Amino acid sequence: MDLTSINPVLLVASIMVSATPILLAALGEMVVEKSGVLNLGVEGMMITGAVVGFAVAINSGSPLLGFAAAALASAVLSLSFGVLTQYLLSNQVATGLGLTLVGLGLSSLIGKPYEGMKATTLPKLDIPMLSDIPVLGRMLFSHDIMVYFSLALVAGVWAFLKYTRAGLILRAVGESHDSAHALGYKVVRVRMLAIFFGGACAGLGGAYLSLVRVPQWTEGMTAGAGWIALAIVVFASWRAGRVLIGAYLFGGVTVLQLNLQAAGADVPVALLSASPYLITILVLVIISARGAHGAPASLGRAFHASH
Amino acid sequence: MNRRTLLTTAALALSLGAPAFAESHEPVTAGFIYVGPIGDGGWTYEHDKGRLAVEAEYGDKVKTIYQESVPEGADAERAITQMALSGADIIFTTSFGYMDPTIAVAEKFPDVKFEHATGYKRADNVSIYSARFYEGRAIQGHIAGKMTKSNKIGYIASFPIPEVIRGINSAYLHAKKVNPDVEFSIVWAYTWFDPAKEADAARALIENGADVILQHTDSTAPQAAAQEAGNVITFGQASDMGEYAPLPRVSSIIDDWAPYYIQQVGKVMDGTWESTDTWDGIGPGMVGIGEISDAVPADVKEEALAMKDAIAAGEYHPFTGPINKQDGSVWLADGETAADGDLLGMDFYVEGLTGEIPN
Amino acid sequence: MITLEKRPQPSRLWTAVTPLIAVALTMVMGGLLFAFLGADPFEAIRTIFWDPIFNPQFAGFTRPQLLVKAGPLILIAIGLSIGFRAGIWNIGAEGQYIMGAICGAGAGLALYPSESPLIFPMMIIAGGLGGWAWAMIPAVLKTRFGTNEILVSLMLVYVAENILASVASGLLRNPEGMGFPGSRNFKQWDAAHNAEIITGTGMHWGVVFAFIAVIAAYVLMARHIQGFNIRLTGEAPRAARFSGVNPTRIVILCLGISGALAGFAGLFEVTGPAGQISIDFNSGYGFTAIIVAFLGRLNPVGILLAGLLMALTYIGGELAQLMLGVPGASIQLFQGMLLFFLLATDVFTNYRLRFGRAEVA
Repeated sequence: MDLTSINPVLLVASIMVSATPILLAALGEMVVEKSGVLNLGVEGMMITGAVVGFAVAINSGSPLLGFAAAALASAVLSLSFGVLTQYLLSNQVATGLGLTLVGLGLSSLIGKPYEGMKATTLPKLDIPMLSDIPVLGRMLFSHDIMVYFSLALVAGVWAFLKYTRAGLILRAVGESHDSAHALGYKVVRVRMLAIFFGGACAGLGGAYLSLVRVPQWTEGMTAGAGWIALAIVVFASWRAGRVLIGAYLFGGVTVLQLNLQAAGADVPVALLSASPYLITILVLVIISARGAHGAPASLGRAFHASH
Repeated sequence: MNRRTLLTTAALALSLGAPAFAESHEPVTAGFIYVGPIGDGGWTYEHDKGRLAVEAEYGDKVKTIYQESVPEGADAERAITQMALSGADIIFTTSFGYMDPTIAVAEKFPDVKFEHATGYKRADNVSIYSARFYEGRAIQGHIAGKMTKSNKIGYIASFPIPEVIRGINSAYLHAKKVNPDVEFSIVWAYTWFDPAKEADAARALIENGADVILQHTDSTAPQAAAQEAGNVITFGQASDMGEYAPLPRVSSIIDDWAPYYIQQVGKVMDGTWESTDTWDGIGPGMVGIGEISDAVPADVKEEALAMKDAIAAGEYHPFTGPINKQDGSVWLADGETAADGDLLGMDFYVEGLTGEIPN
Repeated sequence: MITLEKRPQPSRLWTAVTPLIAVALTMVMGGLLFAFLGADPFEAIRTIFWDPIFNPQFAGFTRPQLLVKAGPLILIAIGLSIGFRAGIWNIGAEGQYIMGAICGAGAGLALYPSESPLIFPMMIIAGGLGGWAWAMIPAVLKTRFGTNEILVSLMLVYVAENILASVASGLLRNPEGMGFPGSRNFKQWDAAHNAEIITGTGMHWGVVFAFIAVIAAYVLMARHIQGFNIRLTGEAPRAARFSGVNPTRIVILCLGISGALAGFAGLFEVTGPAGQISIDFNSGYGFTAIIVAFLGRLNPVGILLAGLLMALTYIGGELAQLMLGVPGASIQLFQGMLLFFLLATDVFTNYRLRFGRAEVA
């Protein structure tokens, strides 16, 4: 066993890349859930983003355009969920699972012509000055733009929910839609916007998989990442900062266990392989035992104005 | 509907199904059960290429049907039965997990021919077939051993099953032969197919100093990770993965099922099909070696091709003694070659590999 | 302006009619989808909805298979629905299904090759216990530490998958299997085989258990005080606490029931249709059952019908792939559409459309 072969600088850099898709998707889902809507269709939206982002990047030659298209496509797809749950008052859990089926099916039909192709990936962006700092520079400041974007989005969502009036309304709608309605807020409109935002974020996360992290299009390539994103929102007790911690913790343990295997660590492989899940549970237990914020009170409940 | 009519209908369907049509009808129908989606770019994709080759070869005289993403659990037997009922004359079940379901269905449809890939159970109407991928692994090991500068070779393994262990041993033996300092780091991904995880595994190996990545998982994600890292070479798995040539992909093992599928379907057509046990390698063309790219030095390429020819001609067996097991006990004496039975159920590492096989 | 007005109580007429409308809409949209993919839309729709039940070539086999496919879905969904009624979100039935299969199979294999008639009943109990124990982890963590059961139960699915891969290639591996992964095949061991009770009907013990579960759940939820407590906890948690309902007990009860039922389902599948423990033994029943539970409106009879409908689209979808060569993904999309339409039209059972000027909405 030679654990010295694990280079912490490279390890951290890898963790950031590995965690970005679930970070983006989880952040979007958190906003959706903050508004009181539970959308279990993250996996379906992510994979739609993955295929659309890849296809557009191939056809246009621009990965950034791919990301934009992915966000748009997944957001539009998520509106189908929005219309069903907000206007037709359908059950959110079942509709979300239906959305997953639709996304998986649709993506593989769209993706057929793009199998086995290579797209241009995002360039690494060395931030001037900062990237020249020894150790930290390579670790933190020479990533592609989406990594920084995801971090900025965490800060943005945090500030939005904490300091803006719109954020306050969103939270009010999620805590008690009846009171929010009584105060004159458009509950359904707020929720539709949140769902749209959540779809866009999931699309970006999916496109990050197909354009940067893997990068290629293969049917079923999200392989459950959307479910992990859902779990991360719960882990984070619906707080933006903790979504970041959760995503990096999960991504971190995933990458670390592979590194430990590569370095020949003397730990049973089956245990290492299950460790990301076990450690996430363990950390959640520790956090919960100290008292945690609960879910938004109206989460998953349908809202109808006239009752 | 009462029980009796239900039973009669069932019996009727079972007896009518394929057999009644089999002798008389044209064209011959060949069915394929796939474990993944055709778009997986690896295992299932190559089987489907075999199916298309059958169509191209026989044109109107053959009809092919398939079902994708059939789980190996409770749904397999139903899928195979439905295929037999739909009038298939020969059914290829293309994953190990279909072994017992294939045998069970074959008992009910004695006139339908079945071909099960990578298993070991046969019957009068069930043939088995598999490929000696370890022959290709030997060539990979040779190239890897010659080309590594860090003397560290990374290996992304899927599950600890004989097929995978055989590949690791074969690659290791041949790398070691040309480079005594070589070390293997093995990462068990516990998946056949998860591009993101495969990419992470490749990065972890590269960051731990490996400059050659061998993979026994199906996606091209490790190729892309190697390309991004630079100065790392890889080998295509299952399909050629030629889009990553000449670097990082310097060669590949290609599953080429087409000749076998064409031959077996042909035998059904002319009525000469019988139950067989096929384990073919490079010689008959079931294992293809993708073009060795110019990134490989000319002398290494020449040696690799010579080894390929020797294996194809049957002059060289990749598991030729002396070979010891990991614990130092003797497996093969000098000059002895491995028996197929030993290879099929291989559950040990050869001497020199570090770490333990999970479980 | 069109508005929705809540009905005083769900309309019986619309309860019966909406599924039909949804299926009709799915046929139209699905037909367009299949036409777009180059298949004959009428043939495709007929193959999916009609052929599994009535096609002379297939139906003798596929009709009983509807029960085989629906059995585990219904059994798991019934358990989940009880928890969902109480607001307890067990998303990890897939993991409990796996652990039920592993424990039940392991208990049986420990006694191989005994032919005692007690083997199979003992395996059923072990399977139920396995699923129950796996569900007790989120239950205990929730009651002791307030840990959210969604995350824990979901994460434990992946842990269970790792354990499955591990035992399939290690502990439970068939010693006569030439080193290949996978356990002994229970179909070749009469004492442990979950065979059809009446040949040719698809009725195996898992289907029987599913029917019993439907009835038991109906009695529990409609007639029993615990059923009332469960519903009260879900609908008005505070009121439940005031009326003396112990929330800890409800959590333990609900997760326990759903875990045990998922465990039973796993055991019946591994000893029956699947035949053996293998690396990829699980195939998503635990997740599909969530759809079935909600499609059945968390009502036992509804779940029974929803399970059969899902089974029909699975088997019909397989036939469509076989006979028409449509890609598997289109079937997935088709199922998603059906689900969407069923959920969308459901609104008419609880609300009526009002035409005219909106009140303050």
